[in-house]
Amino acid sequence: MKGKPLASIVSAGLSKFGKLEGLYAREIFADAAKEAFDNCPKLDPKKDIKALYVGHMGESYEHQGHTGATMADWAGLGHVAATRTEAACASSGAALRAAICAVRSGLSDVVMVGGAEKMTHRATAEVTEYLAMASDYPFEQWNGITFPGLYALMATAHMHDYGTTERQLAAVAVKNHYHGSMNPKAQMQKEITLETVLSSRTVAWPLKLYDCSLITDGASCLILTRPEIAGRYTETPIQIVGSGQASDTIGLYERASFTSLEAANIAAKEAYEMAEMKPENINVAEVHDCFTIAEIIAYEDLGFCRPGDGGKLAENGETKLGGRIPVNTSGGLKAKGHPVGATGTGQAYEIYLQLTGRAGKRQVKDAQIGMTHNVGGSGATATVHIYRRE
Amino acid sequence: MSEKAPFTIEQFYKNINQQELLAGKCIKCGKIHLPPRTVCDNCYSKDFKWTKIPRKGKLLTYTVIHIAPAQFQSISPYAVGIVQLENGVKLPGMIQGTQLEQLKVGMSLSVEFGTCETSQSWPHWPRYYFKPT
Repeated sequence: MKGKPLASIVSAGLSKFGKLEGLYAREIFADAAKEAFDNCPKLDPKKDIKALYVGHMGESYEHQGHTGATMADWAGLGHVAATRTEAACASSGAALRAAICAVRSGLSDVVMVGGAEKMTHRATAEVTEYLAMASDYPFEQWNGITFPGLYALMATAHMHDYGTTERQLAAVAVKNHYHGSMNPKAQMQKEITLETVLSSRTVAWPLKLYDCSLITDGASCLILTRPEIAGRYTETPIQIVGSGQASDTIGLYERASFTSLEAANIAAKEAYEMAEMKPENINVAEVHDCFTIAEIIAYEDLGFCRPGDGGKLAENGETKLGGRIPVNTSGGLKAKGHPVGATGTGQAYEIYLQLTGRAGKRQVKDAQIGMTHNVGGSGATATVHIYRRE
Repeated sequence: MSEKAPFTIEQFYKNINQQELLAGKCIKCGKIHLPPRTVCDNCYSKDFKWTKIPRKGKLLTYTVIHIAPAQFQSISPYAVGIVQLENGVKLPGMIQGTQLEQLKVGMSLSVEFGTCETSQSWPHWPRYYFKPT
């Protein structure tokens, strides 16, 4: 078995993703936490959990800051040391990294990590504005460059440099909706066709409505322990064996490449080296498909194919369930949904299900090694984690 | 504009208001900062001088925004892109004065000065935009 365990996942929880009317983020988080606690009867949450790291992007949605303590309160964790992490859409990927550090430091034997966001009660224009806060304000936002706009700039460059097509982008959406149709917690559980994507309204050319991820309410969490004590809580821990995180310029325009995210490249390299693994070792991956082009770039940055071949990978079905390397079996941000702060640990939840053989209809056969790739903004933050079944 | 003017983003836009496209050049390592920075991210020096930036460049990538934030809805759809200027520095901005269908990666554009009509006062600082040459 390659890679020394950094931390063990002994339980995990995920709320339903979608439009959860009448609920606050804290209430949704409590729901995810309850699933994790119920599935781990040997855990005494109040006594055992020493720290909580919670990803949350926007105070604007609920006029609520101080979300570390808020989530701890509603999850019934009393006086636990609670901290919120914010790294835009990678907020809970960054929380996971922080939680691994807490376990590795020896300060906390058992740590809870998760994320939550409540978004759907806001008008689309407001959500668009809040999400744009993850980009550069005085140059990008001022010039009217929206968040889909930033990824559209990457898509145009990818199409120009590599001949990637709108149909290949659409293939990512079709695949992820197919996967989402098998996930009872996904926001969208209906299959779509290439035509649905190609004929949907333009958001930021070449990206259309069905190239974009969803506005979602949801929460996710994991319980991590020091690897040496995981056996106290479960017979089937999942080991985290690689962790990478990196940053880049806040402005997309300052970067050398618009067809690859350097932060993701660096984070992937760090995670692979730590795990002593290569891309061909990965059996299943959850990647940050905030837009279809983002998934194509992720294939390339993670080494699943050569730079420029990502579009073909999607079109050929190699990343579909049953393919060479199934990607986003949960439905991804595209169909499962994208409650921003909850996404990173939501991805880890899917890998946890896959590696423990609990993914139901969308189970990847004999999945041993999994990966998550969580990106903040237009790539100013990236986190990559590698997991293996014991 | 005084040589002593601070090397800040606000000053960059004040210069734009004077129809000047200026970057900060690090005296120690020579790195050109557009936008200017108060501390060089390469060598950590705080010694800069203003340097004029060529206004001509090429379009590296672009998009046409159809779904816009409230402040920009009255002018949508509109084109934005990233332009590499002749000295190599890159700048994002709106592209005006062209049919949207005629946009092409590699096309020659120049930086022009003016204000952008938006439905609200935000953003209210002086503006620049790109125009085909």
